[in-house]
Amino acid sequence: MIETDILIIGAGPCGLFTVFEAGLLKLRCHLLDTLPQSGGQLTEIYPKKPIYDIPGYPEVLAGDLVKNLMKQIEPFHPGFTLGERAEVIETLKDGRFKVTTSRNTVIIAPVIAIAGGLGCFEPRKPPIENIADFEDHGVEYIIKDPEFYRGKNIVIAGGGDSALDWSIFLVDVADKVALVHRRKGFRGALDSVEKVKNLADEGRIELITEAQIVGLKGESLGDGKQQLRAVTVKHKSGAETSKLADHFIPLFGLSPKLGPIAEWGLNINKNAIEVDTFDYATNVPGIYAIGDINTYPGKLKLILCGFHEATLMCQSAFKRIHPDKKLSFKYTTVTGIEGLES
Amino acid sequence: MKDIKITVIDREDVKHELDVPTDMNLNLMEVCKSYELPVQGTCGGMALCSTCHCYVLSDHELPEASEDEEDMLDQAFFVEDNSRLGCQLKATPALDGLIVKLAPEAN
Repeated sequence: MIETDILIIGAGPCGLFTVFEAGLLKLRCHLLDTLPQSGGQLTEIYPKKPIYDIPGYPEVLAGDLVKNLMKQIEPFHPGFTLGERAEVIETLKDGRFKVTTSRNTVIIAPVIAIAGGLGCFEPRKPPIENIADFEDHGVEYIIKDPEFYRGKNIVIAGGGDSALDWSIFLVDVADKVALVHRRKGFRGALDSVEKVKNLADEGRIELITEAQIVGLKGESLGDGKQQLRAVTVKHKSGAETSKLADHFIPLFGLSPKLGPIAEWGLNINKNAIEVDTFDYATNVPGIYAIGDINTYPGKLKLILCGFHEATLMCQSAFKRIHPDKKLSFKYTTVTGIEGLES
Repeated sequence: MKDIKITVIDREDVKHELDVPTDMNLNLMEVCKSYELPVQGTCGGMALCSTCHCYVLSDHELPEASEDEEDMLDQAFFVEDNSRLGCQLKATPALDGLIVKLAPEAN
């Protein structure tokens, strides 16, 4: 069990900067994120893209901004729980919140700052009508243990690095590997593309391009579930063929979803959490929402606005955590940075 | 510069004829959002999310899709030969009379 002053859900730029502003007020923070690393979309989606609207930086790469933020918050020794999703929230008798993650980590804090950006990144699921019936029965969106596929007949779909890399890796594990991709070209790393083409020439990977998987067939397992037996491949010509498969692994990257937070009793408007611009509080006292995940009249989804929101939010959080203490505003130029003990 | 006309057919097959300025450096995703059409534009126009995926129905000569755009279309669904990402189509005079249809939203 982890206890802290502010549980920050989302370790993107806005969540990271919250640690700094909270730290100046001697408040401790713990960050929780579904991604395995900090930085949110900046690290996950566009680390090499330049950002031009961070005050004082004419140009900064998204990945570098995250590195700098990590350095800036180092003196405050925040805790990190990465690769886990906030699932359930409860209110304890003492008024604090208890959040349980997807891996049963328990975090207790009097204040929660939701800095969830676009939401939790989850695998994109192909729009095949009955695909949910096959999940965990032959359809997997993430490869957890390659050994699971030993001796099996597998079909991978997608054209990026993960589709290429897994196809190459599974050639030595699975009985048969087919890779289905919508066009002839691949966007993955050049040597992976080359390897896949060579393996296809050797007949070890069945490469099916200009095609997509449009249907799944299986045997009923009861309860509406089915065990995968075959996939339907639709070719560019419009022709459809059936192909035997024990496993279908669609690898189409990640897309953000609001996730379980949507069920936390917060006022939500078009996938964003409504807040009061006085302190970015949600309708639930003690829960704040900052950055891209919130909405209010005039909202702009900009990192710099998120920094502002985080700063004002921390002042309000302090008053909530220490109702009896006086909060005196200080400039870092005057007082410097007094870190927190680790 | 003079405005152009772009027709956007939404997912309910309703036609929207939009007057679009060409001197604002707008792309089609931004145009749709400014008219409050149901286009999310989650990534803000970096060709990184495919929520502005549309089909070009008119026979305009469009700039070819960049490698980034093709890459993102690889991760999108319901992709057809005339698929484009709206955020990668700049509102220029050459697009006058363009007709596009919004692609279905994926889960």
